[in-house]
Amino acid sequence: MKGLGTGLVGTAVATKITVAGPGAEEKQESADGRVLVALKVNGEVHNLWLEPRTTLVEAIRDHLHLTGTKIGCNRGECGSCTVLFDGKAVYSCQILAVEAAGHEITTIEGLLNGEEPDPLQRAFVEHDAMQCGFCTPGQILAAKALLSKNPHPTREEIVRGMSGNLCRCAAYPSILRAVESVAKKG
Amino acid sequence: MAKKLIRSVFDFEEGFIETIAEVPEKEPEAWAPERAMRVAGKGHPRVDGYARASGDARYAIDIQLPRMAYGRVLRSRIPHGRIRKIDTSEAEKVPGVLGIMTYANAPKIRWYRNSYLFDPHLRYEGDEVAFVVAETEGALEEALHKIRVDVEELPFVLDAEEAMRPTAPKLYKSGNIRDGKPRVYQRGDIQKGFAEADVVVEDAFKTQVVHHAPLEPHVCVVNWEGDRLTIWESTQATFRVQQGIASILKVPLNKVRVINAFMGAGFGSKLGIEKHTVMAALMARQIGRPVKVVTPRKDEFLSMGNRPASVQKLKVGAKKDGTLTAISLWSVGPGGAYRSGSAYLGTPVREMYKCANVRTEEYTVYVNAGPARAMRAPGHVQGFFALDSILDELAEKIGMDPLDFRIRNIAEIDQVRKRPYTSKRLKEAYEAGARAIGWYKRRNKVPGSGKGPLKRGLGMASQIWGGGGGPPAFATVEVNRDGTVVVHSGSQDIGTGTRTIVAQVAAEELGLDLDRVSVVIGDTALCPYGPTSGGSVTAASLTPAVQAAAVEARERLKDYAAVILGVDPEQVSYKPGRYYLTSDPSKSVSFEEAARKMGNNMVVTTGARGPNPKGYTINSFGAQFAEVEVDVETGRVRVLKIVAAHDIGRAINPLTVRSQFEGGIIMGMGYALTEERWLDPQVGRQVNPNLHEYRVPTLAETPEIEVIIVSEADTKANTVGGKGIGEPCIIPTAAAIANAVYNAIGVRVKELPITPDRVLRALGKA
Repeated sequence: MKGLGTGLVGTAVATKITVAGPGAEEKQESADGRVLVALKVNGEVHNLWLEPRTTLVEAIRDHLHLTGTKIGCNRGECGSCTVLFDGKAVYSCQILAVEAAGHEITTIEGLLNGEEPDPLQRAFVEHDAMQCGFCTPGQILAAKALLSKNPHPTREEIVRGMSGNLCRCAAYPSILRAVESVAKKG
Repeated sequence: MAKKLIRSVFDFEEGFIETIAEVPEKEPEAWAPERAMRVAGKGHPRVDGYARASGDARYAIDIQLPRMAYGRVLRSRIPHGRIRKIDTSEAEKVPGVLGIMTYANAPKIRWYRNSYLFDPHLRYEGDEVAFVVAETEGALEEALHKIRVDVEELPFVLDAEEAMRPTAPKLYKSGNIRDGKPRVYQRGDIQKGFAEADVVVEDAFKTQVVHHAPLEPHVCVVNWEGDRLTIWESTQATFRVQQGIASILKVPLNKVRVINAFMGAGFGSKLGIEKHTVMAALMARQIGRPVKVVTPRKDEFLSMGNRPASVQKLKVGAKKDGTLTAISLWSVGPGGAYRSGSAYLGTPVREMYKCANVRTEEYTVYVNAGPARAMRAPGHVQGFFALDSILDELAEKIGMDPLDFRIRNIAEIDQVRKRPYTSKRLKEAYEAGARAIGWYKRRNKVPGSGKGPLKRGLGMASQIWGGGGGPPAFATVEVNRDGTVVVHSGSQDIGTGTRTIVAQVAAEELGLDLDRVSVVIGDTALCPYGPTSGGSVTAASLTPAVQAAAVEARERLKDYAAVILGVDPEQVSYKPGRYYLTSDPSKSVSFEEAARKMGNNMVVTTGARGPNPKGYTINSFGAQFAEVEVDVETGRVRVLKIVAAHDIGRAINPLTVRSQFEGGIIMGMGYALTEERWLDPQVGRQVNPNLHEYRVPTLAETPEIEVIIVSEADTKANTVGGKGIGEPCIIPTAAAIANAVYNAIGVRVKELPITPDRVLRALGKA
């Protein structure tokens, strides 16, 4: 079996990259082409050296080791990677980490208060709004985004707000029950 | 616990496995239906719900180890060919590449009975060509693109009926028909049966290829520590993976550990040992680093299995009063390029309805497309669509209500094995479902008679499935000195809630609150053997073993209770959570007080699943009733409501039972209306290997669903009394929807999925 182990990661890149976001003037760049990205996740700022092609979900999972956010398709088609981007539900596999600099990112872990779950997380458990649980973090964050904009949605509004999150186990009826229970309480 | 060996027959998916099993000499007392249940039998949120909702739960895809490298399979882009040469030299130069394996340098490990780990004869788009390991996923992708494969392209065949012809391109020298012949079954005299019939109907039906599409793809992380191997894998079969890897790599079992604490579903696609796990293990040992393999979503569609398509030709005959006299089935389906899952589907015909004269002839055929894998009730979902469609046609020709027709033909016994069922409440299911949907009042007496353009209709279909489980299955119970308990259970929780029902059963027997019981599951090093989570066998196999371990634990603790009460243990009796003096029940101590008396002792017990009752078949039964609305201008079908009435023995957790049924029904709806693999016939490649164009149901299509369990504990089947439900839930859905569509619009769509174009064509509008 052929084994190789050069261990080198890329060569020097000459171009500089400008990134939007407050405070991001000169981009810092390493010899192997990685850039310094300040990501604010769950209220905490992390300074990460990342290849520019790194997606937000890769930064969250592989660099911040927050694995609650999942990758189901990596193509923006399933919603498992949903996070909140300034309060809005987005597919983090379709956003570059460099684009997220200067914005507020919330992952499922950010909903916990210490080890205390948030009302939505509690409702999902009580109503059994999950089976394998892989889509669950994304579902909860989509619900969170919806309810923060519209605290008392109708069923149609819930459906429209959360249809971007697939659940192959089809826990949909329970997901609706869970979100409606939180919406009702307001 | 004293045990003995028996020969056990275990109903698994479409076949029976005979095995030697260890069972208890004395089984625990069965939990009778009348028993007042405190914890088991009640709806409880999952004990691991917090882990899943908080992001704490670690799936195989989340495992990150120091110095971990990434591996991926390079897959064939053509449907049929022979590799002349593979040139990996450019790929090897990509910085970060640690190794590349191909047929040229890999060990020749047998696979699929007639092929190998890497076979230079490529038989489908997705077939394995090479395996690359690199430091980063970026380097991996670059390297995969730089591998040069020189291939001699061969003519290909995609359609099963075409592949049966002697002139079709051959995937194997012995021809494309698996085993060279069909599976044939007969009982009675089929000619006589049709001659006796007053009415005969003959028709043909087609179904499509669908994919499991679990949200977590196939993933493994493989790590060697010296000669010890740990594998985290998203699998429904931790022990099978352990045994498979040990056998292939010639490593003793005590040095192989497979871990699967949480997984993102499988639906049958993750029932065995994967090629990429073997490849990763070989490479990881070579480079001395852990290797992680995450299957890209496209490869999930191409290579990780499917439910085969079918062509089914049925002939059915009955008397004027609706009594069936003969059923004949001819079917063919594509098993894909290798000997993997099968396309057989005749069990509904053979077993569902009472009929003395039955013949089934079924073919599984090799084609140049992804190999089939057992998918949630293999065969049954396809089979019931055709069977329940044609029986509706037959009932109509006789002038009989289709539900009444089913009720007339309820089989009292298992007609294939010629023996009784442990329990069968099919009639109750028919009646309860009919009542709930308003069958007799709301069904169109004349199909298609609604005003339009939105036309509604009702339809129904039946369900039969195994799921009785059986030994061997084991659990251990440890009692801590504070009276809390840890259960180590075989098998794995694939999203069905196994962890929770294991805790419930232990808590029930020991009189504990649920949160006083923890469960360790899905780890071959920490848990005794439990079956593969397939065939709906898990609950029925595991829960009696847990019960047995708990019973022995409370018997052992009796000694400590006796010490506190100041008597011999023989004078002490037990009721859940309490030990009392048989002669004076007012003198008692709690389970917890007895445990505290242990000091630094620990009670550890093992329980085994008892034997299945001899001379009985353990099946679940049921019926689903669908209400649909069809827009005859656009052809769009909307499912308004499904009523599911099923006999599943004891519902150990009614909350998760409801979830499982809702999930299976919605998946069945996807099968009926929107899911389909599209292959481009010109180039033999899949057009829609992604989650946007392969249409799984979304939240927006959620119908109203009512689940009715018509059964109580079946203690003949096992001492806890439950039967499996993971597959029963999906079996009748598509058939019920198809029959409802007919009732709504008056014309029958005989091909799945029932897409708008098919509806419009059936209506003569397209």
